[in-house]
Amino acid sequence: MSRIEQRFAELREQNRAALIPYVTAGDPEPGATVPLMHALVAAGADLIELGVPFSDPMADGPVIQKACERALRFGTSLRDVLAMVAEFRKTDTTTPVVLMGYLNPVERMGYEAFAATAKTAGLDGLLTVDLPPEESEEVVDLLEASGIDPIFLVAPTTSDARIDHVARAARGFVYYVSLKGVTGSQTLDTSALAERLEGLRRHTGLPLGVGFGIRDAQTAAQVAQVADAVVVGSAIVRLAEEHDGDADGFARAAATVVREMRDAMDVARSPGAAATV
Amino acid sequence: MSKIDWAAFPDARGHFGPYGGRFVSETLMGALDELQQVYEQYINDPDFMAELDHDLKQFVGRPNPLYHAERLSRELGGAQIYLKREDLNHTGAHKVNNTIGQALLAKKLGKTRIIAETGAGQHGVATATVAARLGLECVVYMGEEDTRRQSQNVYRMRLLGAEVVVVKSGTRTLKDALNEAMRDWVTNVDDTFYIIGTVAGPHPYPAMVRDFQAVIGREAREQHLEMTGKLPDALVACVGGGSNAIGLFHPFLGDESVEMIGVEAGGDGVETGRHSAPLCAGQPGVLHGNRTYLMEDENGQIIGTHSVSAGLDYPGVGPEHAWLKDIGRVNYVSVTDDQALAGFHRMTRTEGIIPALETSHAIAHVLDLAPQMRPDQSIIINLSGRGDKDLNTVAEREGITL
Ligand SMILES: Cc1ncc(COP(=O)(O)O)c(C=O)c1O
Repeated sequence: MSRIEQRFAELREQNRAALIPYVTAGDPEPGATVPLMHALVAAGADLIELGVPFSDPMADGPVIQKACERALRFGTSLRDVLAMVAEFRKTDTTTPVVLMGYLNPVERMGYEAFAATAKTAGLDGLLTVDLPPEESEEVVDLLEASGIDPIFLVAPTTSDARIDHVARAARGFVYYVSLKGVTGSQTLDTSALAERLEGLRRHTGLPLGVGFGIRDAQTAAQVAQVADAVVVGSAIVRLAEEHDGDADGFARAAATVVREMRDAMDVARSPGAAATV
Repeated sequence: MSKIDWAAFPDARGHFGPYGGRFVSETLMGALDELQQVYEQYINDPDFMAELDHDLKQFVGRPNPLYHAERLSRELGGAQIYLKREDLNHTGAHKVNNTIGQALLAKKLGKTRIIAETGAGQHGVATATVAARLGLECVVYMGEEDTRRQSQNVYRMRLLGAEVVVVKSGTRTLKDALNEAMRDWVTNVDDTFYIIGTVAGPHPYPAMVRDFQAVIGREAREQHLEMTGKLPDALVACVGGGSNAIGLFHPFLGDESVEMIGVEAGGDGVETGRHSAPLCAGQPGVLHGNRTYLMEDENGQIIGTHSVSAGLDYPGVGPEHAWLKDIGRVNYVSVTDDQALAGFHRMTRTEGIIPALETSHAIAHVLDLAPQMRPDQSIIINLSGRGDKDLNTVAEREGITL
């Protein structure tokens, strides 16, 4: 059983939803990332999504764009990010880590070299936002051979026919993009979400994560009532900007937000909690 | 190579050999499927094509001439030089051939809002123009650096009723404008049509833009045959994203005797690293929805480009060019900023035609090429645009304040 499967199985048993914070690797500086990952886990994160900085983050809003720029000032490369994963694994062998980014750095490194290095580092999944299943065959085969789950997105605009296609290629969990827009948008419609996820469950047995537009504990709690995982990105990365280069301050603030979300999500899932979605 | 069925490319999923394809976030996949469907339907629909031809004739002013540049030919003492006068189109460049076509598709799809990216501003102006004509809302994304060097075009777009959004992220040039347009599209995909200005982006854009621009080559081929009784020996065009080049080249691909040369922006010189010549000095990667040659560092980060011409200042290139390079059907070269400036002046003073700085790259190459050929041979240059927009840039480089 992969680390991702294992984690979702445990959570299902406890009737809890996974909390998945996203941080951009190398933001605000490369040395900050591994301690930050541990701090997020200590605060209640179940899985970590680690952003690979890219020069042209087309699917990201201003908050994560700036995080990429900060990380790239230090030249944080995909190899550096994999080294961070390896470092994290030295003391945490159970929390799954998924890389999220764009295809070109992976292409440049080479699919085979990536899969081999990622396996050694203890990476669990890869989500490349600009790689739809149609173009992914080669990389998916290599990832699977290395025990790394290819994670795919489903969007509000994805047709039923495409959902089947995505579901066939996906492993680990399916990431539902909760809105039309870039990361950090502010208009998550929780009422439509329940219905949409129910529809998705007819196409896949994989856990369903929801991301984009989850900005506070209240939204996280609402989403946790209907989804298997809640992904929070800009709401955390924003804190790096606010703490302007102060890595410890950022880590403390991020941990506080994660803990608030964790608590609110667990309360929302507890027996007797009123449905708010 | 004679066995290649050129019409069979791209394949159903937009691949030109290993290049092209559709590398976008999931949210856009449905919109691209829909676009491909209407595009394939209408490009084979006689009524639609008649409407397009009518607009190209009555609004754009096609067919434009194939002009024999006799004086320049004589001075260079080699091949006869012919200019395909895209600069005479309404709005002053080839870009409008494509925006007319895509705007008609936008109308068929019932979209009420149009977005575009622009570098030199020519595509932005051509988009704002068709949007004004059809009464569609129009937003154009343009890098801050480009709004400065092409300020007249910014004003033209605003006069035409478009909102020009100044993009301040990344390198503040064309690639960043494209990123921003993609972000807009993913947010407003229900009512918005994205008119991409070159033969790049996810499938079906490279094929669709090529097909709309191929009118250049179809006309030029017919005109050259009529004027000289034979095919030209060489075709030369500048390559930014590659739309004017593919527009000229494509109808000639099956004519084996016709040599084709795409001219990239060499900036300060390809050896300096400060250039925009991915085909000459880049390697394959994935950006902006397709796999193609890119300028990137060893970690796969896209690197800043440089060219005196905003319209060539782009780190990628259309995927069909990447493939044509690999199979050897088209030869890609580069010329420097200084050479392009020399081409600009030479054309202006010798033929009374002020070319765009983008176009001047193609001219500069022909200044070297023509003397190596015989007077009974001929070259067609795609005179892709007029240079009015570049007067400030040229003056500035020469220390003149207008
Ligand atoms: C006159 C002119 N020629 C050429 C180009 C380059 O684009 P492409 O390579 O797509 O023809 C531009 C782009 O702005 C242009 O304005």
